[in-house]
Amino acid sequence: MSSIVEQDIHADDHHHHAPGGGIKRWLYTTNHKDIGTLYLWFAFIMFLVGGSMAMVIRAELFEPGLQIVEPNFFNQMTTVHGLVMVFGAVMPAFTGLANWMVPMMIGAPDMALPRMNNWSFWILPFAFAILLASLFMEGGGPNFGWTFYAPLSTTYSNDSTALFVFSVHIMGASSIMGAINVIVTIMNMRAPGMTYMKMPLFVWTWFITAFLLIAVMPVLAGAVTMVLTDKFFGTSFFSAAGGGDPVLFQHIFWFFGHPEVYIMILPAFGIISQIVPTFARKPLFGYASMVYATASIALLSFVVWAHHMFTTGMPVAGELFFMIATMLISVPTGVKVFNWVATMWRGAMTFEMPMLFALAFIVLFTIGGFSGLMLAITPVDFQYHDTYFVVAHFHYVLVTGAIFSIFAAAYYWLPKWSGVMFDKKLANWHFWCSLVSVNVLFFPMHFVGLAGMPRRIPDYALQFADFNKWISIGGFAFGLSQLFFLALLIKACRKQGEPAAAKPWEGAEGLEWEIPSPAPYHTFETPPVIK
Amino acid sequence: MSQHAVNPVKSAGKWLLVVIGMFGFGYALVPLYDVFCDITGINGKPSNQAAAYQAVEIDEARVVKVEFMTRSAGGMASEFKPMVQSIKVHPGQLQEVEFYVKNPTDRDIVAQAVPSISPGPAALYMNKTECFCFEQQTLKAGEEVIMPMRFYVDPQLPQDISVFTLSYTLYDVSAQVVAQN
Ligand code: HEM
Ligand SMILES: [Cu+2]
Repeated sequence: MSSIVEQDIHADDHHHHAPGGGIKRWLYTTNHKDIGTLYLWFAFIMFLVGGSMAMVIRAELFEPGLQIVEPNFFNQMTTVHGLVMVFGAVMPAFTGLANWMVPMMIGAPDMALPRMNNWSFWILPFAFAILLASLFMEGGGPNFGWTFYAPLSTTYSNDSTALFVFSVHIMGASSIMGAINVIVTIMNMRAPGMTYMKMPLFVWTWFITAFLLIAVMPVLAGAVTMVLTDKFFGTSFFSAAGGGDPVLFQHIFWFFGHPEVYIMILPAFGIISQIVPTFARKPLFGYASMVYATASIALLSFVVWAHHMFTTGMPVAGELFFMIATMLISVPTGVKVFNWVATMWRGAMTFEMPMLFALAFIVLFTIGGFSGLMLAITPVDFQYHDTYFVVAHFHYVLVTGAIFSIFAAAYYWLPKWSGVMFDKKLANWHFWCSLVSVNVLFFPMHFVGLAGMPRRIPDYALQFADFNKWISIGGFAFGLSQLFFLALLIKACRKQGEPAAAKPWEGAEGLEWEIPSPAPYHTFETPPVIK
Repeated sequence: MSQHAVNPVKSAGKWLLVVIGMFGFGYALVPLYDVFCDITGINGKPSNQAAAYQAVEIDEARVVKVEFMTRSAGGMASEFKPMVQSIKVHPGQLQEVEFYVKNPTDRDIVAQAVPSISPGPAALYMNKTECFCFEQQTLKAGEEVIMPMRFYVDPQLPQDISVFTLSYTLYDVSAQVVAQN
């Protein structure tokens, strides 16, 4: 490859350490590690911001009746909580992990498009500043739910909708740029010998996720644009008066929305597939089947969207089709869970922090998968739809799924990033407190949901009072548990802790462990040789 | 950055085209949805073109109940109701029903009625030869009108449908009409 030769020639032009300090370093940086760090910190801050909104929600729901906030503000909290967590916390965290790890795992010196990388990060804070600022507008911010169904977001919304639309456009542009960067990097910058079927699974899952992103983020952009023109410029895509159809909104939204939920879980599958073999000290069981399962999940995710719309009056044939297609997705998902368990089978397991989170992921994500299967049964969904059962389902797959995988990844790679071992005591507090409280928080939601408590309401019938008290207590405890993680991160960034070895985990394999800890500012300027 | 065999900017450009294409696809879903629903009738939207009444055979053996519902859209001040709540017809039989509307305000309004049928698949078999919903209605301040609607049910109506509901929502479109003139 010609790139090897030329890299040697140009090697001397590079800074071998981070360029001068101060804010400018971070503003102008095109280094994948810097940008990864920025993404990860941004995601964590958004996680805390979105989390505080959840605390408001749970405080109001602690007791029946209206006591702390106005219903309109309550709705703004549920809406912005959802938007911030999906677009501000989970997605940027995964992009941050991709920035840090994908080049190191495929033996590339950086991402393929470093300047675009800088842009795709730096527009994000503006998007969220706009979204959060809209909460302070007269009449408040968006209050129509993260799904912004028309006509709630058109006829019945206020002027802050324009800001909502604009901020979603920016978030979308950012993730599209991030996705293109991942695709181009993986296609063009793999070290010699790193064939596709040798790529670590985290790289594979991100590769497939990136395709999902470029396929559906533009559709989301279209949907918000239609809402904008319906609301302000007299079009009637979603208004029956002008010949449109509000149900059409839901089709367009969920055509984006269902692949979106897989965007938030496929990289998590990748992370778990890196961690489990390391701590079971066995190669991943069924590598190829993992790749194919991921690809089939991604493809199937385009034909199941209407399982969110069973109660919109679809004809029976449609209900049946979407029910069966949805259940079909659980087959490749089941393959994955099976492979993880088979990897652990008779492995020499140890239970370091990344493994604990990975194990919690496997168990709890599966609970979320099962409640998903229940929701996929059309006649049953007529009862469960828009109740707390749905809330329980998606928090099991997203909090104990996506977010636990991000914690697992952070513990797994933090020694590589910071060069020090994290504080194990804080980590243990973080894990055990989170594990207990997250279940106190989300498990009872199944019961109140089955009993008929609707979602997105600030008040509820008295019979739900006891469970809701527990849910709120779990919520506050889970929120507070995250402060252990904050303290741990600050310590690690200050390099307080034992120095970490290049390969701090005995059973770990992969290129990222062949470079010293902390990873130098530039890595693999000469591509490694892959056996 | 070092040079590479493949120019990354070029391949990024290729993916950007996909992005633009998918943005277009989002918009293309709008007409696609309409065409799909026109063919299958699954969203319960009956045709907004007058059907011609060809002398179809009247299926005396079968009785279909058609129910009528009316609603004024939010923010619309009008009284709008069907003169009969429901009617039993034989498929193929031409039938007229009437709707009453009153503009109780002291300004003229332009109204548009939008029909919807439930269960959706019945929409394909509901043939209207005349309907006030085919065009906008100008209602003078205080005016009361009886509006006729003539229809026949296609004898091909699937056997499992013996009753369906036709619902009209009346919208105030005065603002849009003013904007267009
Ligand atoms: C076994 C796989 C899964 C199945 C069968 C499944 C099925 C469903 C169904 C039928 C609904 C609609 C419920 C309703 O609104 O009545 C739903 C909602 C939802 N699912 Fe899943 N799901 C699965 C996995 C996932 C995963 C992996 C995620 C994300 C990581 C996810 C995220 C969501 C979200 C966010 C919602 C709620 C959206 C909203 O209305 O706000 N699901 N799921
Ligand atoms: Cu879905």
